[in-house]
Amino acid sequence: MADLSINFAGIEAPNPFWLASAPPTNTGEQIMRAYEHGWGGAVWKTLGTPIRNVSARFAANDFAGQRMMGLNNIELITDRPLDVNYAEIREVTRKYPDRATIVSLMFETEDEWKENIERSIENGAKGLELNFGCPHGMCERGMGSAVGQEPMVLERITNWVMRYASVPVIVKLTPNITDITVPGLAAQHGGANAVSLINTIKSVMAVDLDTMVPVPNVGGASTNGGYCGPAVKPIALNMVGQLARHRDFSLPISGIGGISTWKDAAEFIALGATSVQVCTAVMHHGYRIVEDMTDGLSRWMDDKGYRTIQDFAGRASRHFVNWEDLDMNFKVVAAIDPAKCIGCQLCYVACKDGSHHCIYLPGDGTGKAPDTGFDRVPYVAHDECTGCNLCSLVCPVENCISMVEVDRGLSPVTWKQFTAGEATLPAYAYKH
Amino acid sequence: MIQSLPMALPADRLESHLPDLKPRLTEAQAKAEANRCLYCHDAPCIQACPTAINIPEFIKRIGTGNMAGAAETILEANILGHSCASVCPVEVLCAGSCVYNRLGEPPIMIGRLQRHATEYAYDRGLRFFQKGRATGKRVALIGAGPASLACAHELTRLGHEAVVFEGRAIPGGLNATGVAPYKLKAEEALREVAYVKGIGFEIRTNCLVGRDITFDQLNSDYDAVFLGMGLGPDSMLELPGEELSGCVGAVAFIERLKNEAGFRLADVRQAIVIGGGNTAIDAARELRHLGVPRVTMVYRRGEAEMSGYAHELLAAKQEGVELRFWAAPVEVLGQGHVSGLRCEETRLSASGRLERIPGSAFTLDADLIVKATGQEKLASLLSGIPGLTLERGRVVVDPATGQAGSSKFFAGGDCANGGKEVVNAAAEGKRAAQGMDAYFKAAGRPVAREVSVR
Repeated sequence: MADLSINFAGIEAPNPFWLASAPPTNTGEQIMRAYEHGWGGAVWKTLGTPIRNVSARFAANDFAGQRMMGLNNIELITDRPLDVNYAEIREVTRKYPDRATIVSLMFETEDEWKENIERSIENGAKGLELNFGCPHGMCERGMGSAVGQEPMVLERITNWVMRYASVPVIVKLTPNITDITVPGLAAQHGGANAVSLINTIKSVMAVDLDTMVPVPNVGGASTNGGYCGPAVKPIALNMVGQLARHRDFSLPISGIGGISTWKDAAEFIALGATSVQVCTAVMHHGYRIVEDMTDGLSRWMDDKGYRTIQDFAGRASRHFVNWEDLDMNFKVVAAIDPAKCIGCQLCYVACKDGSHHCIYLPGDGTGKAPDTGFDRVPYVAHDECTGCNLCSLVCPVENCISMVEVDRGLSPVTWKQFTAGEATLPAYAYKH
Repeated sequence: MIQSLPMALPADRLESHLPDLKPRLTEAQAKAEANRCLYCHDAPCIQACPTAINIPEFIKRIGTGNMAGAAETILEANILGHSCASVCPVEVLCAGSCVYNRLGEPPIMIGRLQRHATEYAYDRGLRFFQKGRATGKRVALIGAGPASLACAHELTRLGHEAVVFEGRAIPGGLNATGVAPYKLKAEEALREVAYVKGIGFEIRTNCLVGRDITFDQLNSDYDAVFLGMGLGPDSMLELPGEELSGCVGAVAFIERLKNEAGFRLADVRQAIVIGGGNTAIDAARELRHLGVPRVTMVYRRGEAEMSGYAHELLAAKQEGVELRFWAAPVEVLGQGHVSGLRCEETRLSASGRLERIPGSAFTLDADLIVKATGQEKLASLLSGIPGLTLERGRVVVDPATGQAGSSKFFAGGDCANGGKEVVNAAAEGKRAAQGMDAYFKAAGRPVAREVSVR
């Protein structure tokens, strides 16, 4: 049985699944219920000078009948008095000493930071997370992503915090920047013990075409919010991967962004994270989802022979390279299994209209498609196929279209080697 | 007496006691089902539809909330898309060809999605087609069934004046008088007639050609004539006792069930349906739905030889219809009213001929016997029309134009195809309208064959 426990920058937890700072971690009662379901940790809903929220606050991006492919929110940090929050933090950390109960903070002045760091630690916080990521509402007041977008400010505030913090400090990064490694390195220079990313992406969810008001509708108007959920996972994976592989970056990473299953979590860990944080999936389905997350991850690790999280953390990082380091001589082509093909011909139209038109149909006049006994099976002209993958991506049948490697008898050559004159490439055959 | 609509149906019709077995989808069901459609290239469902409705396109439009656009896509191809949605044997047409079948997943519920879209248009009175610029050409259409309605609608779009002559008090043909009520009820058929007629053509009900108006009159008054009169009465079995009360033809029986005020199945405990086609299965299922405790289908050959659809037969079995294969009726028994059916067992001889087994006679008790062994052809009317070629009672037409030889007569629906689905009649009626249009443009010369419905 795999050991899921982690030590993240000195914060111990029974598993890498933490609740992200968000509505699911608003109160002690919620977090204790989450812990009963098995969450390894929770980052408390950001404490700051209490604010007031508006109604409504959330909006969703549905796709082809699937609810909440993405979610956005315009809710701010805690709207409850700090005293109430600290009393609850005390109760949670006493009752669940083995869990990674982390307090998220967002303040303006050094004095405020100092006071609240001390109160958090007094009440049992295992770590602190600095909210430099929130892209709505708070940033207009000079906090949240307004800090995360200014590396120098980020570094200075991190510095203040490090002066007073006696527990590990995690800097939460905003994705609303051009190059994630810049604020990541600023956090490191500021002395942070770890980073977490990504916070939400600045977004407008939709426009109600009847009222002409974007959503969520707050009394006839709306505002930009923070985007999260399954749709943002690829963006988050890239940022985690970019930072993890950066040669000057050495802090632990808590991965956040669209994590809904143990597989999502395993991917973040494989690209360099050592804990993960979850929010939208819980807002959609509740705390119970952690039960499959821990079980699935544990079984997968057993299957793969990984005993600990560290055993596979960062394993994919070495395979995440720049374009110029890819092998130009590698070649795959699509192969359609006629026995599995159901004849929808989505691959045909996708290749024809959306890619390089290398797929042909029986009876289309080209004579390229052979008789397979079922006259709707498309045919891939292997000498024309660019190996783009598109057909295999649109195919609705599992394992019907596979991408098969073509051995061209050529050694690997990268673009970097080619342009440096270290290697040659065969003549390039473009599609006529 | 020649009389135009209103198309009033009596209240208290027995068919209203039957359920709608495929009720309207909810908004959420329709959206979920629409989103399941793969939107195939050159989709097999379109190819399987006699009217070539662009099915993936209308389903896509339902999925995006473009309901009016979905309805127009359907009705552009098939103006009878509303009834076809409910009465089409989708299992052997569009849905039967859905690629999901090959994946082992349920095919898209195309018929129910189609109904969802047409109901939307009907509920809101949305109309998509207008009368074309008047050409001065006039066409008489015989029979107000699906073929004539589709033909008249298309003729009107093309600017020709269409007048439909119907012998019954209500138009709609078998959609109003013969379709199983759990698929489509008569009032729904009439709702469709009113919608289709709304483009602006005339239907004269209670005006039977040969009784209330002569064929010669039509021939001299109109530039072309469309023959869409369907088939004749139920075939007789020529059995002793067939004249007893309680021994009825299926088409006549179903018409009473659908259209007659106060018609009831008083105390029918055991019913027998003779035949192995879809009308037989319909009749048997209707009787079970109306609460007849024991309904037995008697067919002289085996299950594999039945012309009825397998999915319909399966439904009949599930609904408790009993089946008696390899049994040939030889006598209707009873004193005044039927009390049973005497049959003999049958088999195939060594040479493959159906033969009765000597000494195998048996009797099934029955207080109702429904004969569903086919309909007569309307040969007497048709044989009086000059220039028609008949083949086994059917009007022979050019499959591309619906034209009978080189005459001014065109035909479609059951009288030309021998008895197929509503959707075939709709396709053939539309095709004939386009054929007539080309015929008029060619100033009476035989039309070229390139005209087709698509």
